[in-house]
Amino acid sequence: MFEDSFIQTMMLTFKLAGITTIILLFIGIPLGYYLGFTQTKIKPVIEAIVSMPLVLPPSVLGFYMLVFFSPKNSFGLWLDETFDLRLVFSFEGLVIASIIFSLPFMVHPLQSGFSSIPKNLSQAAYTLGKSKIDVLFNVLLPNMRPAILTGVVISFAHTVGEFGVVLMMGGNIAGETRVASIAIYDEVEALNYDLANQYALTLFVISFLILLSVYAINKHFLRAKI
Amino acid sequence: MNELIVQKALRGAMGTINLDVNTTLKKGDLTVLFGKSGAGKSTILKMIAGLMEPSNGKIVINDEIWFDKNKKINLPPQKRKVGFVFQDYALFPNMSVKENLEYALDDKKKKTKVDEILEITELSALAKEKPQTLSGGQSQRVALARALVREPKILLLDEPLSALDFAMRSKLQDELIKIQHYFKLTTILVSHDISEVYKLSNYVLELEEGQIKKQGTANEIFGGNTISGKFKFSGEIVDIQASDIVFVVSILVGQDVIKIVSSKDEVENFRINQRVIVSSKAFNPLIIPQ
Repeated sequence: MFEDSFIQTMMLTFKLAGITTIILLFIGIPLGYYLGFTQTKIKPVIEAIVSMPLVLPPSVLGFYMLVFFSPKNSFGLWLDETFDLRLVFSFEGLVIASIIFSLPFMVHPLQSGFSSIPKNLSQAAYTLGKSKIDVLFNVLLPNMRPAILTGVVISFAHTVGEFGVVLMMGGNIAGETRVASIAIYDEVEALNYDLANQYALTLFVISFLILLSVYAINKHFLRAKI
Repeated sequence: MNELIVQKALRGAMGTINLDVNTTLKKGDLTVLFGKSGAGKSTILKMIAGLMEPSNGKIVINDEIWFDKNKKINLPPQKRKVGFVFQDYALFPNMSVKENLEYALDDKKKKTKVDEILEITELSALAKEKPQTLSGGQSQRVALARALVREPKILLLDEPLSALDFAMRSKLQDELIKIQHYFKLTTILVSHDISEVYKLSNYVLELEEGQIKKQGTANEIFGGNTISGKFKFSGEIVDIQASDIVFVVSILVGQDVIKIVSSKDEVENFRINQRVIVSSKAFNPLIIPQ
């Protein structure tokens, strides 16, 4: 019932969101841990940088990434020559752009998760002879599952929904950089309203289901805690 | 030998206080840190555990130097064998009672030790429960059991019984005495309950604004040996009310409030929350069975 191009675009969209979310989890845990516990004076600076994608127009971010990663620029050229990596108008580039763009959506819930765990819990674990890494995996992370789930799902959903950065960085190459939100725009421009509606409705339903499951599962987690 | 010399300026709600304590703790003794909140009691426990660094001083526990500013020794909390029981118990919500105890094991093969301690603390029946289903008294016992699994050189108890009702507190005090004698553990207990201090302590350090104000046995500190009375209790003034030409002073002694008539001159020296001794020598008190 669906066209191949529709399936391909949706698959690409979820592949991008999935890879972005997994990488973000690995970045978000140490960064959230650091921001949750640090007393450094430059914490507001780091927090501001992490939160920038929340307020910047995506096109601004996309524009700078486009310039920065372009092979005409020394960094882009270096990536191209050393790693044979072209980030502009490629799937890899989209992943990097999405990671930067969705960073606050992963870091914020994790940071508040870390700081909401009573300090006594980690201190008790230290007095029991446990290292910081041990405490992170056995005490902190298991007791902030709602925060992890929120971070993962919101990052995933936000990556699915992003438009401006993807358009700037990725363009609109079928099977490589054309994700659902771009496809909607593309189909509308071609006055192909039925297909645009198919994409839009799919995103609409999936977004709702994702958020519904987060709230339902978190409610279950929170009730289990009391 | 246990040596405790710590100094640090502490910033609190009441302004800055200078914590400056120099004392020794006898092996196997239960020493109570007594004093108002903000006097630096919990801070001292955290310094012994290595959770907070003194700006100067020396901490020697069981002849082992844990902290020495001059020699630049500062063992991390992981290397100090302490059993720390927090006021809010700090049980790990993601682990069952048994898992909480097992997590405290250095050597995961020694699981029989966990069973043994569960047995001693009468927790075997609750082994599979999660902390959030436990009552306050049970949580307290689990926290103590977990601290014991670590085979500590010193047991640090930060007002562990303050959140419990009177009956439960009394029961757990008895258990604490039993356990402390059984393991012969050097113990420091933070408390501001005088009856608890009397019942549990071998030695008392009374702290005021970071300094040791008095030290000695509970009797020496609260007994007021200078007065010879037929009977005497220490208590705390909770209320002063004018009644015609006299004043009625209400004093909390243990769990009871005693009302005593006082003159205007006397009342001028009293204030609410002041600790006082109620003593009587002119009349022989009556003892009436209930």
